[in-house]
Amino acid sequence: MRLVDETCIGALERIPVGEGREVDLGGLLVAVFRTRSGSVHALEARCPHRGGPLADGLVDSTSVVCPLHGWRFRLQDGAALVGDSPTRSFAVREGDDGNIYVRCPAPASDGLGPAESPD
Amino acid sequence: MSATGVAQRERLVVVGNGMAGVRTVEEILRRVGPEHYDITIFGDEPYPNYNRILLSNVLAGTEDVDNVFINSIDWYDRNGVTLRVRSRVCSVDRWAKKVFTCDGDSAPYDKLILATGSRPYFPPLAGIRSSDGKLLGGVFGFRTLDDCSAMLDSVRHSSRAVVIGGGLLGLEAARAMLARGLDVDLVHGSGDLMNQQLDSEAAGILRSTVQQLGITVHLKTKTVAVIGTSRVKGVIFDDGSNLAADMVIVATGVTPNVELAVEAGLTVQRAVVTDDRMRSLDDHSIYAVGECAEHRGQVYGLVAPLWEQAGTLADNLTAHNPKSVYLGSKIATKLKVMGVELATMGLKSATHEDDEVVKFLEPKRGIYKNVVLRDSKVVGATLLGDLSKVAFLLQAFDQGRPISEERHSLLFDIGSPDTQRSVAELPDDTQICNCNGVDKATLIAAVKAGNRSVKAAMSATRAGTGCGSCRTLVSDIVELACGGTVEEDPSSGYYVPAIPLSKPELVQRIRGMQLRSVSSVFDALSPGVEDALSKPGVASLLRTLWGGEYEDQRDARFVNDRVHGNIQKDGTFSVVPSMPGGVTSAAQLRRIADAADKYGVAMVKVTGGQRIDLLGVKKQDLPGIWADLDMESGFAYGKTFRTCKTCVGTEFCRYGLGDSTELGVSIDQRFKGLESPAKMKLSVSGCPRNCAESLVKDVGVVAIEGGRWEVYVGGSAGSHIRRGELLSVVGSKDDVLRLVGRFVQYYRLNGKYLERPYAFVEREGIERLRSVLVDDSEGLCDVLEAEIQASVDAYSDPWSEGDFPVTPNQFVRRIPVK
Repeated sequence: MRLVDETCIGALERIPVGEGREVDLGGLLVAVFRTRSGSVHALEARCPHRGGPLADGLVDSTSVVCPLHGWRFRLQDGAALVGDSPTRSFAVREGDDGNIYVRCPAPASDGLGPAESPD
Repeated sequence: MSATGVAQRERLVVVGNGMAGVRTVEEILRRVGPEHYDITIFGDEPYPNYNRILLSNVLAGTEDVDNVFINSIDWYDRNGVTLRVRSRVCSVDRWAKKVFTCDGDSAPYDKLILATGSRPYFPPLAGIRSSDGKLLGGVFGFRTLDDCSAMLDSVRHSSRAVVIGGGLLGLEAARAMLARGLDVDLVHGSGDLMNQQLDSEAAGILRSTVQQLGITVHLKTKTVAVIGTSRVKGVIFDDGSNLAADMVIVATGVTPNVELAVEAGLTVQRAVVTDDRMRSLDDHSIYAVGECAEHRGQVYGLVAPLWEQAGTLADNLTAHNPKSVYLGSKIATKLKVMGVELATMGLKSATHEDDEVVKFLEPKRGIYKNVVLRDSKVVGATLLGDLSKVAFLLQAFDQGRPISEERHSLLFDIGSPDTQRSVAELPDDTQICNCNGVDKATLIAAVKAGNRSVKAAMSATRAGTGCGSCRTLVSDIVELACGGTVEEDPSSGYYVPAIPLSKPELVQRIRGMQLRSVSSVFDALSPGVEDALSKPGVASLLRTLWGGEYEDQRDARFVNDRVHGNIQKDGTFSVVPSMPGGVTSAAQLRRIADAADKYGVAMVKVTGGQRIDLLGVKKQDLPGIWADLDMESGFAYGKTFRTCKTCVGTEFCRYGLGDSTELGVSIDQRFKGLESPAKMKLSVSGCPRNCAESLVKDVGVVAIEGGRWEVYVGGSAGSHIRRGELLSVVGSKDDVLRLVGRFVQYYRLNGKYLERPYAFVEREGIERLRSVLVDDSEGLCDVLEAEIQASVDAYSDPWSEGDFPVTPNQFVRRIPVK
């Protein structure tokens, strides 16, 4: 079984309502979204199509649209709603302390999980 | 179920499992789901319902028979619809509310839909039937899948076919027989092929085209008898001559199946007479739809009217929209015959003395184009041999809007790339969408997978979602793949996809309900359905309507408008400072050069809009580079006024007639940053040599002798080429600014989201624009001028946000992890 870490990425307010922001989790780039309906989601930050920054995409209560060519992914699980391939999603939660916690595979430095090279 | 007080569902019985009946059921299910009615469909034929229109293609071998089925048996089950195949209904007991089948079965109904369609009409030819009343072997009507299969069986041991009837279906049958390798004679009683749809000139050209394919055409030829005892051997004409044949296909029209209705005592003329709700006149629990229905004296045999009838009927049966009425259909048709391109709509020729006919003939190439106009509206058109304008004309015909005063543009696309080949002939691997690399086969596969509207196919494949110049081609291919049963996407008339309102309706609701933010619009008008792609359109509209009172929500903006730069393929941004009139200075250029060095700008490029683009700037560097440049935003990223290109004008040019640079600077300073449905690129030229290309700009101004200025609107030279149309000639620069302001505000209020001015001008018509904006026919001009002034006054430079971010981490590329 793959080890998972939970990383605190700070207060919810760091992400504007209805938008996404990118975080670097030990080399793995993750886009974290805060929807208007109050939920928080995390997807791999780079669009599988041509590497577009999903954190800069338009977001609604269920999906995000890549700003480059319009591929669209379900926030909940990364399924491709428009486009040919899905992207990875990560479990995320808002803690009682008001911080956001993302669970994702342990970074490559531990030799345990797949990691993306930082660009 | 027993009737012991348990609420029972109403029983809906549909007689006829064809396109009209099942479409109506589909429309009902779409409105209220399967729980509302207990539905039973009786079908004469042994199959689930299929697309009759595609049978011509099956006969010709261009379509696989499996593809004609619309719904599977499984579909009926899933939706709780009882299908009784091979079950012909023979009588209706209106008082007991029951239908009886010929084999003695019965079913009670609360509501009954007659969708019995029609059958081929066979003229009374001697010898056409054997003694048992059946058609002589080798003689066929062309209506059902069984007819089609029987013909395909017969084709294998036949070499000569005679098709009687030179209408739409006869031509399709003849072409199919030719494709199957038979010698084909087409026999027609009238002197003109397709005489219902074509005038003599067009019919003559069609005849040559059809003969060139290899079909022998016999006009003014009346068939009197069929020869043969057990099997057909040929036909005899009224002049005594004859033709040998192994197959005879009769396509001389159809007869509506009305016997059931007659027997039930309903009013029947040519077909079952209905009111505007598709109800029979005599019994309000009985309805009729499709080819067996007669509405306001019309019996329709085409699929589009049938769809409209089905929609109205479903509205009425579900109380979905109890006011829904059917008011008749405009008729348009395309001939689906390989090697012949023909589309007709409405009138074939002038019928009033004031009707205007625009016509072009090129008989040698088989081209005929004819447009009939009444009060500058398209009321009819015939296109033969070149369908390049069919989409445009169909739209003009459907919408009944006045069209451009340049009549030639009705018939030709002057200056557009020549793409004219029939979509049917295009090889499957032809790239249709050159932006997203979508080929014909991919599009067709998407349609077959269930995306049966142009919009659904576009969103599934992304074809046509780039520059948009292939959309006509995309819709032609979707239509081809649907076999003429393409579905109208209801959202195509909406301002944004997620809110079921047109722009005027939406504007009314926003104003009436005082909605000032994007989220309040979704909450009020589309509860529970927030749609990412609908947000920017709503934001743009709110800003246009409320100006300074707009409640800005940054998540409704595309990233470009959040950080005021244009996102590039690597996620960096381009920075284009404002440079009105393309005029800069040495000091500005020095600052630009220093900023480019300091922020490692990857490329410095002069743009087509006469500005300087700094490419490859990182998001986090944007505030810094703006501060160093000390220039305002050029808005080279938004759906806004972009730029006003100018030539040198009078100050230096020896030909200049007006100071184009000065006027261009004034225009830029007045309209800078103005939100609009789509980007606007303007220009001013100092003389008719037009060095600033004013004729192909959204708004183009040209100085002419005498101190006057021509104002053109609706030009384009991007993915679409269109010459701007002259709105007016005015006497001063102030007049130019005033008129441009009126036009821009009118476009902002009435343009659809992402509709460029060239499309808007085409849709509105230049005469109407001139009347509203120049002659002030509707008394709007003062309001337009006041509104545009308020928007101009609300301008602020978004680059000032560099010092005062408005959202957390607005210009942060990646938030640091604690």
